[in-house]
Amino acid sequence: MKRYSAFSLLRNALSHNRNWRPAWRSPAPKKSYDAIVVGGGGHGLATAYYLAKEHGISNVAVLEKGWIGGGNTGRNTTIVRSNYLWTEAALLYEKSMKLWEGLSQDLNYNVMFSQRGVYNLAHSLQDMRDIERRVNANRLNGIDAEVVSASELGKAIPYLNVSPDARYPILGASLQRRGGVARHDAVAWGFARAADALGVDIIEQCEVTGIEVKNGKAVGVLTTRGSIASDRIGVVVAGHASVLAKMAGLRLPIESHPLQAFVSEPIKPVLDTVVMSGAVHGYISQSDKGELVVGAGIDSYNGYGQRGSFPVIEHAMQAIIELFPIFSRVRMLRLWGGIVDVAPDACPILSKTPVEGLYFNCGWGTGGFKATPGSGWVFAHTMARDEAHELNAPFSLERFTTGALVDEHGAAAVAH
Amino acid sequence: MLLIECPWCGPRAETEFSYGGEAGITRPRDPDALSDAEWADYLFCRSNPRGNHRELWNHAHGCRRWFGVERDTVTYRISRSFELYPAAVPETDAALQSGPDNSNGGD
Repeated sequence: MKRYSAFSLLRNALSHNRNWRPAWRSPAPKKSYDAIVVGGGGHGLATAYYLAKEHGISNVAVLEKGWIGGGNTGRNTTIVRSNYLWTEAALLYEKSMKLWEGLSQDLNYNVMFSQRGVYNLAHSLQDMRDIERRVNANRLNGIDAEVVSASELGKAIPYLNVSPDARYPILGASLQRRGGVARHDAVAWGFARAADALGVDIIEQCEVTGIEVKNGKAVGVLTTRGSIASDRIGVVVAGHASVLAKMAGLRLPIESHPLQAFVSEPIKPVLDTVVMSGAVHGYISQSDKGELVVGAGIDSYNGYGQRGSFPVIEHAMQAIIELFPIFSRVRMLRLWGGIVDVAPDACPILSKTPVEGLYFNCGWGTGGFKATPGSGWVFAHTMARDEAHELNAPFSLERFTTGALVDEHGAAAVAH
Repeated sequence: MLLIECPWCGPRAETEFSYGGEAGITRPRDPDALSDAEWADYLFCRSNPRGNHRELWNHAHGCRRWFGVERDTVTYRISRSFELYPAAVPETDAALQSGPDNSNGGD
């Protein structure tokens, strides 16, 4: 791998940018691998990268049915934060936050991680109580968090409607200053390039059609490009987790729903932070290109169609205009949907399964992007050592049997 | 927007309805007889198919009755709506048990 640097930019500029090399190879799949990661999204690529980097397992294939960055990795609203309520979840997301803070240097790829702060608004007395509780819980876990009053909000975010006469008046907010956004495509490309440099084969246009299990052990996968053997298979396929689980004869506590987002035409800088409201339900930030990036809630029905219903978009837009009346004339350019894998407690599943050598990483629901590096880091540990790291031990499949759920519906911020 | 056919009120806009999840999940007759794993499967696990899905809808802003819908989860095409408690069949225990399931409502 040729390292990217100011010098490489200059050298390639002098040769009219004709000598840039592809960021990763396109190898044909081998007959067998030490480990297979199914799903070439951010979480899968991060898993492969940390398998090679932290555990010395570099004979790894990442199998992607489409192209790198074409699934949920390129469909989210790019928000990164770690202010979850319960200790189990907070520590997992905070691990991810710590990795985000050094990720561009680690990958030698600019993921444009921008810690511009994330505000979660409160519109009622109960919202304020919940926010104060969560801020205190975060601080006890060593995560930065503060409570902000409505008048401070008005100064920090000039166009936010903090008038007490608003239909749903804003009473205050929680603020995580270390939160922010990252460029999601760059995260996928950066992990792909860095994993490839460590010897990982990234195989695109290769759909897994079956999982081979013998005597209770995973032995390989069937794909559209032939069968591939491995006794260590990690499935990281988000919305299609139930489909892959069925191939191995498993049932998951997961339902897939469409989640929609949209961007506006580019406008001049107007919003330099991230604003989320769980009560009126919308969240918004501005990209470096100037587009307003808006996220909606999930559609209530099950769906694999990567699109949802119009009333959900209308509802999110109403919320945004309620918060920012100035945006009422902004035109929306594009909208899309992703398929999110929602678990009953709004927390992920990072777990071994009843099939030996088969691991599942799913259930991130509406909030997986922020966890990309941390998810890969703990899942690589789980696959390499055949046991959960202490950070993901609470997120096993067994929790649904024991009843030890981690209820994060409040901090998940997106209505389920 | 889905156009959903209520068996009693006819085709109406999706916004009149609320979704009730997978249909046909029956509450075990004797929960105490189940293992924890079987109870967890009843409570949390869902078939979540890619393709044809039998699901519950409630005409919340209309007749407020529950009914079943068969819908493709990829194309979202609705193939049929059906009554959960057909009038001809007396209300037996079995019919009651195939009734609305609210266990996965988090909406």
